[in-house]
Amino acid sequence: MAERVLVKGTEAIGEAAIRAGCRLFFGYPITPQNELPEYMSKRMPEVGGTFLQTESEVATINMVYGAACTGTRVMTSTSSPGFSLMQEGISYMACAQLPAVLVNVVRGGPGLGDIQPSQGDYWQATKGGGHGDYKLIVLAPSTVQEAVDLTVLAFDLADKYRTPVVIIADGVIGQMMEPVTFPEFRDLNTLPKHDDWALTGANGREKHIIVSFDIDPYVLEKMNLEIVEKLRKIEANEKRWEEYKLEDAEIVITAFGTVGRIAKSVVEQARKEGIKAGLFRPITLWPFPYERLEEISKGKKLILDVEMNMGQMLEDVKLAVKDHARIEFYGRMGGVVPTPDEILEALKKFLNV
Amino acid sequence: MAFQVILKRPESLTQREFTYCPGCTHGIIHRLIAEVIDELGIREKTIAVAPIGCSVFAYQFFNTDATVAAHGRAPAVATGMKRARPDLYVFTYQGDGDLAAIGTAEIVHAANRGEKITTIFVNNAIYGMTGGQMAPTTLLGMKTTTTPYGRKADNDGYPLHVAEIIKEARGVAFLARTKVNTPQDVQKTKKAIKKAFLAQIKGLGFGMVEVLSTCPTNWGIDPVSALKWLEEHMVPEYPLGVFVDKVGDEQ
Ligand SMILES: Cc1ncc(C[n+]2csc(CCOP(=O)(O)OP(=O)(O)O)c2C)c(N)n1
Ligand code: SF4
Repeated sequence: MAERVLVKGTEAIGEAAIRAGCRLFFGYPITPQNELPEYMSKRMPEVGGTFLQTESEVATINMVYGAACTGTRVMTSTSSPGFSLMQEGISYMACAQLPAVLVNVVRGGPGLGDIQPSQGDYWQATKGGGHGDYKLIVLAPSTVQEAVDLTVLAFDLADKYRTPVVIIADGVIGQMMEPVTFPEFRDLNTLPKHDDWALTGANGREKHIIVSFDIDPYVLEKMNLEIVEKLRKIEANEKRWEEYKLEDAEIVITAFGTVGRIAKSVVEQARKEGIKAGLFRPITLWPFPYERLEEISKGKKLILDVEMNMGQMLEDVKLAVKDHARIEFYGRMGGVVPTPDEILEALKKFLNV
Repeated sequence: MAFQVILKRPESLTQREFTYCPGCTHGIIHRLIAEVIDELGIREKTIAVAPIGCSVFAYQFFNTDATVAAHGRAPAVATGMKRARPDLYVFTYQGDGDLAAIGTAEIVHAANRGEKITTIFVNNAIYGMTGGQMAPTTLLGMKTTTTPYGRKADNDGYPLHVAEIIKEARGVAFLARTKVNTPQDVQKTKKAIKKAFLAQIKGLGFGMVEVLSTCPTNWGIDPVSALKWLEEHMVPEYPLGVFVDKVGDEQ
């Protein structure tokens, strides 16, 4: 059996990426995720890979674009302001249909914000972020082990659907140490080759081109429709979530990532006090598991959405729940992490107990 | 009577017709790059990175694998490619708006890292594609659609000398400024382009050729006058020469 080791979230993501076959990492320092590029700068040379500290996030994402054009597994990580700078390149990659894994360790915002954990980039990550019609697969781990598993999944999904995949975490997931089991190293020869589209030199074949534009609107519309079709496929196949103590629950807390983890304690505490609470935790923020949440919400007394933002996922929760149940929101902003007690207090207030 | 082919279309160009205006020297520069790639025998190991600007369609003209980078980001895209596949040859083709304005950071850092890529930098002193606005390379006093009274240093800054800036970067293995307004200069430009590729092939570092080029359409003059204008106005501002050459004489 694979051994369990105690590691920090950021380093766990880096190690998982390497085991998934990633041998290229481009990044620019920004707190609170510097341990990830630092880890990669040490590990990449050990496995024959490349780590490059870039001149900016703008350059970073375009290096990721270039590496992805060759069909090679590539990754970057950043935090909120850096993720904003990457949006132009991400939009280009979405249109050019290029696979890559992008980690955003979200911090307080908007603007320069602070360096504390936040979930304020939910909209940016799930609703497009850059210009034009596109969405990215967005994965939100709530434990270090899940961060490892989702990192591997992210590379596989990126390759399968030819799309950038975002792992959204925050400083809590990044800094927390937990025991994890790492997967085996992927044999690089078994990774998808992408011979049908990658830029590898037109050696004995027709040239390949990768572009994110066409000046003929009818052709561009066709490219757009191809992306739409792909997104529909992703929606049909890749929705993921966790259900916790929902069997007999009267109250459902919806939360993701770090708050999803905190909410588990709230469920336990509430149940001790006789409130039948359960948790619905989306793991894919896009595609959002609307149908399952709708089903669950039927006949419930209350849906309490808890986030570290002003209620960004709340919009998706409302779309899912429709008018099947009453929905309330509790959120903290600016990098404040809500405690289980605060959330329980809010829950009781909404229940009038 | 037997016929002998003495000049044919380079294999590294596709059959596609250029989209450039009559008299624009972008086309000449394309052909030179294609001839060099043919002569070096690297067509099947080359990736072209086209820019944003009139040469955005270069990906259709070069008969190599190709992509189009976001405005100014070609050196970063090329860096990603080269780091992923050091066995391939990567070149960027960029205008002065692309390379010297929005993409200044990317080109300086690619050069300074000694990135083993080749850059062909086409300096026509103006933004072509967007309709003739001022470029960083626009000459003082020169009228463009955004300098209708002529470029003034106190408002618009001075013409940017990219080759002179890049030459300070220690990663540079070959760097020259050439022009393409006479047949002799066309040949000199081809030689420089070849050396810029050789710098990459030999793994010596970053190679760039800044080529003084024409934009008769946006300069508002005919193609022949444009060749003359380049000589009379651009050359005094942008001195020709080889700034760095670590490739040496042997080919
Ligand atoms: C981010 C961004 N900003 C602006 C533009 C608009 N744009 C297209 S081409 C161009 C200028 C290109 O000029 P240059 O690089 O000199 O090339 P030329 O057309 O003269 O060959 C600009 C500003 C763009 N496509 N993307
Ligand atoms: S606008 Fe100028 S640079 Fe562009 S193709 Fe025409 S002449 Fe050439």
